[in-house]
Amino acid sequence: MFRSTFTLIAALACTPVLLAQDDLLDLLGEEEKTKEFTTASFKTSRVINGHSLENTAHGVLDFKINHRFGFLNGGLYEWFGLDQAWVRLGFEYGITDRLQIGIGRSSFQKYVDGFAKYKILRQCESGCGMPLTLSLVASSNVTTLRSSEVPWYSEGREDYFTHRMAYSFQMLIGRKFSDALTLQLMPGVVHRNLVRTVAEKNDVMNIGAAGRVKLTKRLALNAEYFYVLPGQTMAAEVPADRMDDPNPGYKNSLSIGFDIETGGHVFQLHFTNSTAMNERGYITETTGDWLKGDIHFGFNVSRVFTVYRPKPKVVE
Amino acid sequence: MTKHLILAALFAAPLTLAAQERYATRTGHISFHSDTPMEKIEAHNHKSTSVLDASTGAVEFAVLMKGFEFDKALMQEHFNENYVESDKFPKAGFKGKFNGLTADDLKKAGTKEVTAEGEMSMHGVTKPVTIKGTFTMEPTGAVKASSTFTIKPEDYNITIPGMVRDNIAKEITIKVQMDYVKM
Repeated sequence: MFRSTFTLIAALACTPVLLAQDDLLDLLGEEEKTKEFTTASFKTSRVINGHSLENTAHGVLDFKINHRFGFLNGGLYEWFGLDQAWVRLGFEYGITDRLQIGIGRSSFQKYVDGFAKYKILRQCESGCGMPLTLSLVASSNVTTLRSSEVPWYSEGREDYFTHRMAYSFQMLIGRKFSDALTLQLMPGVVHRNLVRTVAEKNDVMNIGAAGRVKLTKRLALNAEYFYVLPGQTMAAEVPADRMDDPNPGYKNSLSIGFDIETGGHVFQLHFTNSTAMNERGYITETTGDWLKGDIHFGFNVSRVFTVYRPKPKVVE
Repeated sequence: MTKHLILAALFAAPLTLAAQERYATRTGHISFHSDTPMEKIEAHNHKSTSVLDASTGAVEFAVLMKGFEFDKALMQEHFNENYVESDKFPKAGFKGKFNGLTADDLKKAGTKEVTAEGEMSMHGVTKPVTIKGTFTMEPTGAVKASSTFTIKPEDYNITIPGMVRDNIAKEITIKVQMDYVKM
């Protein structure tokens, strides 16, 4: 009996010599997993009009040129909308990896807007467990049209500055499901300081949904839709057949487009029924009807500049 | 009697392990750079791992692609997402054997030029390579290894689109600097 035990122990004593060459690195043992936050859920900080889960990185300045041509149903005479143009120029800057600010000016209603976006939760699949990204966006918007040009102008009416302002608060909740698919929800409220009639609400509740499907390494398909809850807004002019609409005269914003990435630029080419490119505009002032051909072809160009590179953080 | 035999057998085991001369590091520095008139690309990884077995000459390196730090955040994102596809191929590595270095060399102070022959794997492609390097043995007993060599991205199926072809050098220079510690 002890002979077989002895043989067994002797055999065990010999095994270290048989260690294969391939296992050298295994001797180091399992490395502790470093925290890796999910990156590149969208190619840039906007889906099309709406904000995406991505922030401008720490120390990076993003110059945004947003352009919308006229409606496609302008026909041949208007060169399918190419003869008209609305532009928004903006700068966005990452103060930290979680906090970014931005400012922009649109030609539509001569809006000037500014916003801050803060990432509360960051999706993390490796080294930590957080299944989604959650951000808050707060933006404010003011129309800089002359007193005589503002939509509520009437002779003798005092032009209060606060009447020109509107605000938007949104929560972005989303997840990068895989390299190929990202989805997000954007519930929010737009507050207009001044509304046209008593029937309209100053606080417009809305919820948006957006997604991206990555087609190749540098090409992605994006879509977004903002649903405005019924009974909150009403346009000044409502076509007779649209009086029963949930928000007469206004439509929900629907956009679809492609993102093409090259070097330091992201080019976004898309079709949208919204003329404005800030929250107050595209959520509460969209009048275009997709089914009637009120579709703008447009593009966004995003060019990033590294202002400074922050020192690499020590991961806790 | 049985107990003595068992104890004797157990004592036999450690003797076989004493013959191994293994050195390792988890904080090796691997960097690469590409210089063209259009763009300068440089990245550093300070957390690469390596194990060296002096008795057999076997050596292994492994580096996590996401651990390469660039000056420009967007460049780092493109490197990971579009070029090396680090979600699909998280690590790159080298497995091979040194010629020209014995276990005794590592115990004396001095410098030795060596050649390592083995396989480099990156982006899912494995290629046989021969790399020249230098070992420096400090009087303190520390063992440092360094090497500079070039690779072609195309060799590892890393496609570079025509539009940016002139921004990236045809051959990328890789620098390795390891400070080994006896295991």
